[in-house]
Amino acid sequence: MTTMTASPLGRLGRLMVDNPLVPLILLLGALIGILALLNPAILSMFWAGNTIKIAIPLAMLAACQTLTMLTGGIDLSVGTVATIAAFVTATLAPLTGVPAAVALALGCAVIVGLANGFGIAICRVHPLIMTLGTALIATGCLLVYQRHVIATGVLIPDVLIWLGTGRSYGLPNSLALFLPFAILIIWAQRRSGFGRLLYAIGANEAAARMSGVRVWQVQFTLYSLSSIIAGVTGLLYLGQIKTASLSLALPLDLPSVAAAVVGGTSIFGGRGGFGGTIVGALILTVMTTMLTLLQMPEGGRRILFGLIILAVTALLVRLTDRS
Amino acid sequence: MPDAAPPTAILDAKGVAKRFGAVQALRDASLKVDRGQVVALMGANGAGKSTFVKILTGVLRPDSGHVRIRGRDSSVASPAGARRSGLVPVYQEPSLIPDLSVADNLRLGDTPADPFRHWAGELGLPDLRPDAMIRSLSLASLRIVDLARALAIEPDVLLLDELTAALPTDLVDRVLRVVRAQADAGRAVIYISHRFTEIAAICDRATVLRDGLTVGDLAIEAGIEERIVELMLGGTVAAATTGTRGARSRATDVPRLRVRGLATGTRLSDVSFDLGKGEVLGVVALEGQGQDELFDVLAGNRRANAGTVEVDGRPAVFTDPADAIAAGLTLVPGDRAQALLMSRPVRENIALPLLARPRRWGAIRMRDEAARVTRAIERLQIDTRAQGEVRRLSGGNQQKVTIARWIARGVQTLLLFDPTRGIDIRTKNQIYALVRDLADQGAAVLFYTSELAEVRLACDRAVVIFNGRAVDVIDAKDADEPTLMRAAYGLSEATGVST
Repeated sequence: MTTMTASPLGRLGRLMVDNPLVPLILLLGALIGILALLNPAILSMFWAGNTIKIAIPLAMLAACQTLTMLTGGIDLSVGTVATIAAFVTATLAPLTGVPAAVALALGCAVIVGLANGFGIAICRVHPLIMTLGTALIATGCLLVYQRHVIATGVLIPDVLIWLGTGRSYGLPNSLALFLPFAILIIWAQRRSGFGRLLYAIGANEAAARMSGVRVWQVQFTLYSLSSIIAGVTGLLYLGQIKTASLSLALPLDLPSVAAAVVGGTSIFGGRGGFGGTIVGALILTVMTTMLTLLQMPEGGRRILFGLIILAVTALLVRLTDRS
Repeated sequence: MPDAAPPTAILDAKGVAKRFGAVQALRDASLKVDRGQVVALMGANGAGKSTFVKILTGVLRPDSGHVRIRGRDSSVASPAGARRSGLVPVYQEPSLIPDLSVADNLRLGDTPADPFRHWAGELGLPDLRPDAMIRSLSLASLRIVDLARALAIEPDVLLLDELTAALPTDLVDRVLRVVRAQADAGRAVIYISHRFTEIAAICDRATVLRDGLTVGDLAIEAGIEERIVELMLGGTVAAATTGTRGARSRATDVPRLRVRGLATGTRLSDVSFDLGKGEVLGVVALEGQGQDELFDVLAGNRRANAGTVEVDGRPAVFTDPADAIAAGLTLVPGDRAQALLMSRPVRENIALPLLARPRRWGAIRMRDEAARVTRAIERLQIDTRAQGEVRRLSGGNQQKVTIARWIARGVQTLLLFDPTRGIDIRTKNQIYALVRDLADQGAAVLFYTSELAEVRLACDRAVVIFNGRAVDVIDAKDADEPTLMRAAYGLSEATGVST
């Protein structure tokens, strides 16, 4: 370490760059502390389990954002894909049985992912535009589909309800899905060739290309993978909410971006990781609880939510740019 | 000013100095241009020519010295200020807005339309439509538009920077005639070019820069080329004769790389050479003679329009850098920032090519990777004390990382584009030694260098490119700087120079 003029802010900045998780966890702890001050009765194992349960679908959709943002992209179709997967599962299950319904639902997710991959990797459309476009088209298709299945009724598979709402030993069952998922993603981003290439493309796409990476292959795979994750999240979310609506997971679209950004993933690519995103998703969830406790009107709550996200990301960006 | 001395120069720059950090780009540059004269501004790579041009045109402010145009001080750092005082530059890259029409571009610069049309006609574009989009014009037409626009303002001093590069011959003749006529009509022209034939044709004098100094101001006469080359080289002629090595005139069976008649874009028109295993072939060229395009084609960044590339006797066409790499051709580009993941660690930078193919997308064999990376780091003696991001390394160490990447993968044919630019002498020497070492182990190396002395230090032979063509191949033992410089300026061809 060279001796630099270590202003407190600069030192915190270096800490952020080297261990981005530490300040995030401190922030999460501070938020929980404030919550305890507001309402000491609220803190309990039950509350913790509930917070984790709510944060998991958000964190999974934010995984899609993290992975795509690492390459400098984004996936705005995740909410739509999750909604479609949930809706198709719920409406087809009475007709075809659960396994076939789930398979078809994930098939729909894969189709959107392939379309995204084709547009972004091969036609070189900007990910923001491409995923927004496919999301709109897919929503339209869902509306058409809904008119034809309206009579069949809705069945939410028991296994999904167990996964979405059940608890074992006080902890939500969805951890059984999420823990292996999170370990896999975190392993892959550090120890797999694919994960390294995501960082490489985000850090310098030209350099990656010059090193022999066919960037389109990576992007195509990435956006397909992102849609599959979104589809699985949709199934989990269906079990949690227990209704099949046409806008089920849409409200999670932008929070999933926010969770990744708050968690330290750079929207310009090359920096960040899923570990931070998980904490980011928890921070957003705790923040929502906190704002609810303040008993503000909905409008004020949203304004405050937006302001906090802006403040946190601005602070993080300022800190990490000091290196 | 009442006391302006009678026949003063229209442009007079004296004692101009400029420093960038630790680099003294200009120490004492001067230039005088009289009415009715065309003056050539000459200098080898790194002589400070581009800095001087930026100061003359008001882009940069000099640390000391002054620039006077028509007796008035114009060292105000603003291009608009220089323009107002009567100096109008025309650069190699046309400064026109691509998504506007010709007429709109003229309006932006307050250029009168009628004189513009007149000059466009004179310069060989009589039926240029004012509503044509700039984007739709060829590069040659753009140059003409840019020049006609400058002429329409009727400037006192015209500064023309490599104006004729990549222009077709018939247009070159017209342009030269117009430029000469400008001077004859009482204006002054500063003419920057690498082409001695043009300088002999239209210039009255030549001002030569070397190491940030003006070292000569000569009248153009027959045989002046030799004198100018001598001035540009200065005292370095006798120096740097260490490590001369004889060419390995191995009459090897099949060359690793055989290039025939390669052409692409407007700059690269006809380059052929053979590069054998165990050989280091230098490429010598002045800036912008087609060497960038040559390396781009060989590295798969760009397609050739004509010509062939053979690797180990098999024809090769690359549509992607991955194709070139699969054929063993690996590029270290001139711009380090282009090749490196600045925000990622050294290890990831070096290991990047190992993971490129989809079958390596799975689990990384960490031990194997660590071993390869460590070996490459040791071989190149990269100082990795500054752990973490590559951006924290020094320039020399960054350059080593770009090379280490290919060492870790195993080198067959290494394409080095000016690998020692801007790095310290110790690192330079390490790179020469490494290149020789690689060649001794059977690699083939193509080594473009902007420093002529490096040909003797690192290469077996050198191919000289001038104006998009390979004009000469010189053995390292004969490759003293004057010879290379003359060849690089296209003087070894019959241009009326006595030998």
